[in-house]
Amino acid sequence: MEALLFYLVALVAVLSAFFVTKCRNTVNSALCLVTTFLCLAVYYVMLEAPFMAAIQIMVYAGAIMVLIVFVIMLLNIGSVGKSVYRHGLIWATGLGFLIFLIAAKFIAGGTVTKKVGTVTSEVVKDYGHTELIGTAMFTEFLLPFEIASILLLVAIVGAVILSKRKV
Amino acid sequence: MTPEVVTLSNNPILYSVAMLAKILVAFTVTMLIVAYATWVERKVIGRMQTRMGPTMTGPKGLLQPIADGLKLFFKEDIIPAEASKFAFILAPMMLLGPSLIAVAVIPFGGDLVIGDYIVPLQITDLNIGVLYILAMAGLGVYGIVLAGVASNSKYSLLGGIRSTAQMVSYELAAGLSIIAVFMLSETLSMRGIVAAQMEPLWGIEALSFIPNWYIFSQPLAFALFVVGSMAEINRTPFDLPEAETELVSGFCTEYSSMKYALFFMAEYANMITVSAIATTLFLGGWSGIFWGPVNFLLKVFAFMFFFIWIRATFPRVRYDQLMFIGWKVLLPLSLANIVLTGFMVLLWQ
Repeated sequence: MEALLFYLVALVAVLSAFFVTKCRNTVNSALCLVTTFLCLAVYYVMLEAPFMAAIQIMVYAGAIMVLIVFVIMLLNIGSVGKSVYRHGLIWATGLGFLIFLIAAKFIAGGTVTKKVGTVTSEVVKDYGHTELIGTAMFTEFLLPFEIASILLLVAIVGAVILSKRKV
Repeated sequence: MTPEVVTLSNNPILYSVAMLAKILVAFTVTMLIVAYATWVERKVIGRMQTRMGPTMTGPKGLLQPIADGLKLFFKEDIIPAEASKFAFILAPMMLLGPSLIAVAVIPFGGDLVIGDYIVPLQITDLNIGVLYILAMAGLGVYGIVLAGVASNSKYSLLGGIRSTAQMVSYELAAGLSIIAVFMLSETLSMRGIVAAQMEPLWGIEALSFIPNWYIFSQPLAFALFVVGSMAEINRTPFDLPEAETELVSGFCTEYSSMKYALFFMAEYANMITVSAIATTLFLGGWSGIFWGPVNFLLKVFAFMFFFIWIRATFPRVRYDQLMFIGWKVLLPLSLANIVLTGFMVLLWQ
């Protein structure tokens, strides 16, 4: 049952990801990307990470994609011919195939699959997924967390400076 | 034998029946409130502006929503020739869907004991309930965006653009404002939050005649959430995406017949959802003097009356004012509230 759901969602995810690049209308591409994000959220739920699922939808589908759609609509980017990106498509296909090969090698090698860490289903059930993420983020991974937040702050300040610059 | 919570494993038949009944009741009640909210809104605003409101259809105009529904049902369904058809049909559904889905995690009553089993009066209790609702609220904007783009009309497009900017700005403020509530309740489950509000105020026994509703401990968060969510569901004074005086009716200009009705239903369904969330987070949910669901509905109705009252009272804000309020007033205030609550929680413990 779970495997069936996995493949069904995977099909939708891959198809919508394909249509992100294939759609002529940029708004449709953006909506396809939202579908891909929703599929990823389903995977988070299946991996017993409901907090990540909710954040995935809230942040990516609910905020970042809305901003992207806003920019698309504001600049009124209508249809885009596909000939413009032919080189990009060839490179992306090659790169994607390479990533696929590497992933296949890892899975076949058995070094990344079937690993059991300290966080099991029982721990998630007893302790709560949100609590686990919060504890990990503010103790063990505090430094990367702070570095990421400073990076984002720099990006925000940079964006403000660039947009306020006298032309 | 003490009653236990009914699950799919200990009593599959009762579980399925109870689940179906809860879904049916919640959905029917929501749709009924949606229908009659339109009547109440017209009546109340009419009275506030010394008019009568609907009076002709049925006693006191009570059959007006049904008549409106029938009328819209028999109207011709027009799809503009230049519109992209698929997205045009999809848009109203994408707007109504998320707001109805959000009802699933709202607890509308305490526990019902049937025989040896406890049936919680809530469709499902997610341990990330509030985040789930915020996520669904975030998805609602795509309906408006899609309607704006698919209609291929400049008014619709402008409505869609306004809506995206507005949603991103106010979702942030509303979302951040309720973080302060989680810091007090220490849970994200809607049921857990209501349970936390049933204790005496601030845990002091002498104050036990006042319930520990978070509106008392978090008045700022409550105000921020109400303003933020009013903007999120496009209610006046933040109804810029469909500002009639400048944009005809914004994103739904090109819509007619039942598709137009779906937009209307979505607006009222959103209003119910927001009222229910505010009730659960700040007004103690189903707790009170009557039976659980009655308390809950009374609070929701009070809230919806408040929204209607606001609509009859306030003029629409200007667009630059909207952005100013969102980013320079609500956002800093909600961040300050989180810091303040953090300090208070630390001092209290």
